[in-house]
Amino acid sequence: MSIVETVTETLAALPDSSRGARVLEVRLRVGALASVVPESLEFCYGIASEGTPLEGSRLVVQVLPVVVHCERCAQDAELDGVQSFRCPRCGELCGEIRQGRELEIESIEIDELDKVEETA
Amino acid sequence: MTTRIVELRRGILKKNDELAAGLRQSYAAAGVLVLNLVSSPGAGKTAFLEWTLRELKARGSRVAALVGDLETDNDARRLAASGAPVRQINTHGICHLDAEMIGKHLDGWEGVTLAGLDYLFIENVGNLVCPSSYDLGEKIRVALLSVTEGEDKPLKYPTMFNSADAAVITKMDIAEPCGFDRDLALTNINEIRPGIRIFETSAKTGAGMEEWLRYLKEERAGRNG
Repeated sequence: MSIVETVTETLAALPDSSRGARVLEVRLRVGALASVVPESLEFCYGIASEGTPLEGSRLVVQVLPVVVHCERCAQDAELDGVQSFRCPRCGELCGEIRQGRELEIESIEIDELDKVEETA
Repeated sequence: MTTRIVELRRGILKKNDELAAGLRQSYAAAGVLVLNLVSSPGAGKTAFLEWTLRELKARGSRVAALVGDLETDNDARRLAASGAPVRQINTHGICHLDAEMIGKHLDGWEGVTLAGLDYLFIENVGNLVCPSSYDLGEKIRVALLSVTEGEDKPLKYPTMFNSADAAVITKMDIAEPCGFDRDLALTNINEIRPGIRIFETSAKTGAGMEEWLRYLKEERAGRNG
């Protein structure tokens, strides 16, 4: 819930050029290690966005798999899940996480026409 | 309808991350080693911390603790018995501590300054999910797991165990009657967080606690050196 609120706060503080525009879509990037359940996020989003400029907008959550760096293979490797941090190529345990903790707003899609009408 | 995509690439927890970075700087400047203790409710954080505070204090270290709880100051009162300064943070329903709460409670803490401390322990709210996302500026995040919880806890809560710097198994004195499979627990922790330091402890008998204190001392020396 606090995550949804942060999204709305962040968007409320957008630069002037976007003020008054209607938000159509919000895209999030969420790492598999971010302690966020996309389904819960989507559920809460509808409730938390009511009465804000985000009301009625789509929430698109892109889940990023964990990428570790394998020292033995000397390269990065993508993991299937978060139950074992072993290199899928050689089986080595990998402590270095290269991707998977992200929790960020990637972009928003806004309807500019509404804004033009309002400012005209 | 003209639509436009605005690229933001903004971290949702950016505000917390920035506050935590500020805290981390002030901890380093003051030379205090800060630890964030996380576990499920009932894993034994408070008993473990009671022992740690008491022993560190008895050996001449300057210690203090911030204690997060949804309600009540029971844990803070228990910890205060160690003689160390303890401050309660009631989150009133929020399931984790965040950097802002820590900053607020460090400010105006009567008789306590960061520069006057060797160790500051932060006992987080008992929860193995949300606290993993909130950086408190700590140097060491300690995930505690009791022998009564099941060896697969690290597999069930990988996001927490993967973000930890040290793991502490508590209540080792009752491991046998609980049918605790030590090897399996160690394997599971290592699968989720390869190479992590693991301490097998009992706050009741003191088992494993000397090794834990040595680790604290080494980490603190490392910070200053």
